[in-house]
Amino acid sequence: MALKIVKGSIDRMFDKNLQDLVRGIRNHKEDEAKYISTCIDEIKQELKQDNIAVKANAVCKLTYLQMLGYDVSWAAFNIVEVMSSSKFTYKRIGYLAASQCFHENTDVIMLTTNQIRKDLSSPNQYDTGVALTGLSCFVTPDLARDLANDIMTLMSHTKPYIRKKAVLIMYKVFLKYPESLRPAFPRLKEKLEDPDPGVQSAAVNVICELARRNPKNYLSLAPLFFKLMTSSTNNWVLIKIIKLFGALTPLEPRLGKKLIEPLTNLIHSTSAMSLLYECVNTVIAVLISLSSGMPNHSASIQLCVQKLRILIEDSDQNLKYLGLLAMSKILKTHPKSVQSHKDLILQCLDDKDESIRLRALDLLYGMVSKKNLMEIVKKLMIHVDKAEGTTYRDELLTKIIDICSQSNYQYITNFEWYISILVELTRLEGTRHGHLIASQMLDVAIRVKAIRVFAVAQMATLLDNAHLLTGNMQRNGICEVLYAAAWICGEFSEHLENPVQTLEAMLRPKVATLPGHIQAVYVQNAAKLFATILKNQEGNTDSTAAQETSQMMIDRLPLFVQSANLEVQERASCILQLVKYIQKLQQKDVEVAEEVSALFAGELNPVAPKAQKKVPVPEGLDLDAWINEPPSESESEDEQPKAIFTKEEPKHSRPRHTEVDEKELARRREARKQEQANNPFYIKASPSSQKVYQEAPGVEHIPVVQIDLSVPLKVPATTPSHPTGLPMSDQYVKLEEERRQKERAEKKKKEKKKRKEKRSGRGKKHDSGPESEEDITPAHVVDIVTEEMPENALPSDDDDKDPNDPHKALDIDLDKPLADSEKLPVRSHRAAGAPKSSAEDGEAENATPQEPKKKSSKEKRDKKKDKERDRKRSKEEKKKKKHKHEEKEEDLLGGQAEEPVVQSEETKEVEAQPTSTSAEVSDLDFWLSNAPVPSNTQEAATVAEAAPAPEAPAGTAADSEPEEPKDTETEESKSSKHKKKKQKKEKEEKEKKKKKKHHHHHHHSDGGGEESVQNGTVEEEEPLPPMSNYCLLAENSYIKMMMEDADQVCDIQGNLQDGSQVVVSVIFENKSDSFLKSMEFNVLDSLNSKLQRPEGSGPHDGLTVPFQLPPGVSNEARFVFTVQSIVMPQKLKGTLTFIVKNEDSSTHEKLDFKLHFTCTSYLITTPCYSDAFAKLLESGDLKSSSVRLEGVNMPFHHLLARICFHHHFSVVERIDSCASMYSRSIQGHHVCLLVKTSGQTVSIDAKCDEPTLLGNVLDEIKQTFSQC
Amino acid sequence: MIKAILIFNNHGKPRLSKFYEHYNEDTEQQIIRETFHLVSKRDENVCNFLEGGMLIGGSDYKLIYRHYATLYFVFCVDSSESELGILDLIQVFVETLDKCFENVCELDLIFHVDKVHNILAEMVMGGMVLETNMNEIITQVDAQNKMEKSEFFPFFSFSLSLYRRLSFSLPGRTGRHRPVLQERPLVPYQL
Repeated sequence: MALKIVKGSIDRMFDKNLQDLVRGIRNHKEDEAKYISTCIDEIKQELKQDNIAVKANAVCKLTYLQMLGYDVSWAAFNIVEVMSSSKFTYKRIGYLAASQCFHENTDVIMLTTNQIRKDLSSPNQYDTGVALTGLSCFVTPDLARDLANDIMTLMSHTKPYIRKKAVLIMYKVFLKYPESLRPAFPRLKEKLEDPDPGVQSAAVNVICELARRNPKNYLSLAPLFFKLMTSSTNNWVLIKIIKLFGALTPLEPRLGKKLIEPLTNLIHSTSAMSLLYECVNTVIAVLISLSSGMPNHSASIQLCVQKLRILIEDSDQNLKYLGLLAMSKILKTHPKSVQSHKDLILQCLDDKDESIRLRALDLLYGMVSKKNLMEIVKKLMIHVDKAEGTTYRDELLTKIIDICSQSNYQYITNFEWYISILVELTRLEGTRHGHLIASQMLDVAIRVKAIRVFAVAQMATLLDNAHLLTGNMQRNGICEVLYAAAWICGEFSEHLENPVQTLEAMLRPKVATLPGHIQAVYVQNAAKLFATILKNQEGNTDSTAAQETSQMMIDRLPLFVQSANLEVQERASCILQLVKYIQKLQQKDVEVAEEVSALFAGELNPVAPKAQKKVPVPEGLDLDAWINEPPSESESEDEQPKAIFTKEEPKHSRPRHTEVDEKELARRREARKQEQANNPFYIKASPSSQKVYQEAPGVEHIPVVQIDLSVPLKVPATTPSHPTGLPMSDQYVKLEEERRQKERAEKKKKEKKKRKEKRSGRGKKHDSGPESEEDITPAHVVDIVTEEMPENALPSDDDDKDPNDPHKALDIDLDKPLADSEKLPVRSHRAAGAPKSSAEDGEAENATPQEPKKKSSKEKRDKKKDKERDRKRSKEEKKKKKHKHEEKEEDLLGGQAEEPVVQSEETKEVEAQPTSTSAEVSDLDFWLSNAPVPSNTQEAATVAEAAPAPEAPAGTAADSEPEEPKDTETEESKSSKHKKKKQKKEKEEKEKKKKKKHHHHHHHSDGGGEESVQNGTVEEEEPLPPMSNYCLLAENSYIKMMMEDADQVCDIQGNLQDGSQVVVSVIFENKSDSFLKSMEFNVLDSLNSKLQRPEGSGPHDGLTVPFQLPPGVSNEARFVFTVQSIVMPQKLKGTLTFIVKNEDSSTHEKLDFKLHFTCTSYLITTPCYSDAFAKLLESGDLKSSSVRLEGVNMPFHHLLARICFHHHFSVVERIDSCASMYSRSIQGHHVCLLVKTSGQTVSIDAKCDEPTLLGNVLDEIKQTFSQC
Repeated sequence: MIKAILIFNNHGKPRLSKFYEHYNEDTEQQIIRETFHLVSKRDENVCNFLEGGMLIGGSDYKLIYRHYATLYFVFCVDSSESELGILDLIQVFVETLDKCFENVCELDLIFHVDKVHNILAEMVMGGMVLETNMNEIITQVDAQNKMEKSEFFPFFSFSLSLYRRLSFSLPGRTGRHRPVLQERPLVPYQL
């Protein structure tokens, strides 16, 4: 063996290695290709040898050749061989080669799965690292699926080096295998708080990348990121987070409000330019998102603009560039603040750096107003003249046109000016944008009716001087303009002053040198002109003029008949024959003009680009419906929860999208309408535009004011050596200036008069103030013909998203609890070397289903607060809407009974309130609502029996009111009476505020009482009251414990097998201003229920709570209990001991509590299909029982939702006021309910295979409702 | 995300190309040529950002580059990356190369592209920034190199290092011998 290695090494010494190859290539500069091909032959030989060292060397060389552009995919198998070498050196070479040339279609990739898996679990961290790095480049959907679980395990590796790589690669895995996102997400989230900064940064990186594509799914992480932002000192991480916030804030303006302050602080404090810049960027994003809602952010805007100005003025070109870039973002919403820096931006137009000039141009685009458009364009025209090199000049040209034509020529007050600008632009030599200018000319002439006379005159001159343009003819060159000129002159020939001359110009022999498509237009429009001329001349007594014109046509047209261009030829010969025929008639003195012009009658109106798309789908036509029955898929799958998710996905996300969009669209549409209504430029898109077309007289009623042609229509000669004085457009600028002045003066006069008339009036605020936009009236009223749309066009503006975007698949709701089926595929025969994974997986799965639920319940509480205000206002509307809601809800409950009910409630909220898209948004709600801190929390606690008020700030108490003392409460349980109070000597002030304590029993009090108090506070659109399963467990001056319903069972299957486990989530909140540590949670076990303790500890040992609590902070811990029998409710006494640490002292404290496990705690929301449900009832194994509830005063769907939520049922079917519901206990008991309501009476018939359990559950349900 | 990292010299010869998205070899070469064309005609004293070329990117992408001695370091990134951050990252990259190669010059990159890849792999992974701390990067690179050495006989690794010494320790470091990191004491944007 050793010998072989020696031999290998020696062999290698004689082979060419990479360096020799490189040197060889450098020495063969003349015949490089030939040399390389001999090298490749050598490499092929080397690859045939058995020696791995030789192979690795060959692969290493191939990698180099790949960089030079040689395809080396033929060696893919050898690369795999080298990858699987046991030596790190070779392995690394192999993986590098693979990462450079493998891709999804490389077929040998499938051979690598096991090798990679082996490397991932290698004891050598660098083997693992190299494998991860390689994999990140060539991961395929198959690899992602097969390895997702292994990589997830690595996310908890002991070495941070591996952890950070594993975290990072998860992004690639998600992209290729989107199903892995939900199962892996909880762990990924955990890594945000990894002790290693590298790992943390990687997690931030991945989540930011995910969130950027589908921000709404990540809104719920905002509080966590906020915390990171305020605590992290790593600028790389900060930048990512701040960028992420920039993406989130448009979805949640309140987030923006919260961000402004810390961001402003950062802007002031940081010395890192990169960070400063990103902060400014995000503040801008925030301001944009707030722009409609919040006034008074002018300070922030000023700060941003000011900082950006500093960047722009910096000598560092990079900062200058970015400053301009960011400035353009502000511009969109706060143009005024940017406009004051016009000087700076115009200055940047002279910068030597083209990128900067282009950025400055972009800014100009948004800075124009009616007032300054002419001035800015004038400056740009100067730049056009100066600009060297055509690229930048062309860019300038397009920018000028963009600037002028933006938002439907909104800023143009004088179209004559604009036409003259366009004409001036035609003088640019060698521009590629003739076409653009041409289309502008056409557009303006067609849509601005009043300008046609002027335009036609200008175009006629252009045609007359065509030889000047055609001098430098090139493709796409400026001669395209002639296309427009000819068409305009032909189409609107009635406005021509001297049509014969124009006709003559259009038929010059030189025209034949123009591109074919332009000639074709010439010929066609010559005919139109001809028709007009005939019409004009026929009135005259002297018919010779008309005949001369015909003769001219007949003389000139043959030139075009000979054209090589088919189109030209065809049109020309057609028209030639026509003219000949006309001439014959003319000679017989027949009047033909009428008929000839009839050939060209009718007006062409522009059609909107989206017109086709907007044709509405006729009612009753479902384009997605199958015409024939779809091929049946395996029906058994329907029973699986898996099918449930896939089935419901489209149902959910779709409407959500449209709803958000629609709202936004409606807003935009409204804004547009408003704008159009106030804009004299628009005629409303009335059906008239269509009719006008048929019956020309319709045009008359449009009020078109006569153009005041104060500039003589003597059109400038288009000679480059322009006649003296100002260019045409400048004359208009001047005139416009004068006109405005006059107007202003007049207005003032009028106003004065007005004021005189009603002096008592409040008077005008702005008589002599700076001229505002609205004050400038256009020179003449011009009607812009709007683009035509099909009748009853759909009012949708949906921007089409790329359906192939890989990120679309990652639009996954992360807040939904994980379903059983959502697990990463695990190999059944696990390779040795990953012993940790199974344990960890279990843990991860334990954790995952809980988190979302916990949140969702928490969020509800929080929501209440928010909603309270709106409540009264909305009550009435609510009633009206109720009916609707009920219908909706029915669908939802029916359609997704498989989903835990919590969820279905939330979807309803979502439906009603499109902005809050996910369950956790409301959690966020609470976090956000925290911004204006409810300072009266303490009062709330005493006043309201309802406990949750004080707990509301729990999550974020840290940032809002860390120092505020909280109420002192000790708790206990059972009935909702307060019992004890404990007062701490040190906290006397607090005592005053809070002497009372109350405690609540979770289910009873929170389910009922609390809601009855707070529930009315439902927002207008919200059909359901928020509900919470958290209840106060115990509280004293130091700490508060909130317990979540003891229902969270993690793994149903596991539970069914090994007895029963119940997980209790407890939130600990530190309410004092001391540090709490060494918390121990202990419960006195009963025979039936036991706290699960780690192995080796005695039955009376407490469990250490795995965290410490700084002042004001809360955290959650979970405790697992084993329960033998679940048919009876249980009560357990417990104690929490902890150390209170002050600066000077530390004391031991304890807090007693009672845990109450209700029978419903043991029920798990389980979906059930109606047929399965029916079978269950028919089976006859179930005992029945029933209960009647009187005086239940709530809508039926609320009632159902409440049962679902508090008692973990799911609705199987609902028909009118009758519903069947189902749930299952952790030990597999079926519980079926039939709920009927009439008036205020609700009767519940129930069946269960365990009568005791059923009895208890019914009692609990009864209790829930007795408290409302 | 980083879409591609390219290093080429003043004449457009590729010295390293790392694409985090698959292109075939011909397209890769075209991209390198196009990028070189865009970057090389820019003056020394202009900003380091370029709106992407036709082939790579599109509107969301930017080319961010730095020019050191005879080499261009170009990163093609999308809008999720901080422009200034990437500029600093390039600097970190070059400084790391400088440490690992002791006064790195173009020749080091020419003959040891595999090592450059290994260093880069510790900084950027699959298009995402993995590590920005130079010391951490160097620690990991060194540890791996040590491992590599331990897998071979001493004479072999000796011959490699000797080779390097012979070929590059030439007097008058100009042209491709010109140290990449000589003139620019850069103030990082990130600090």
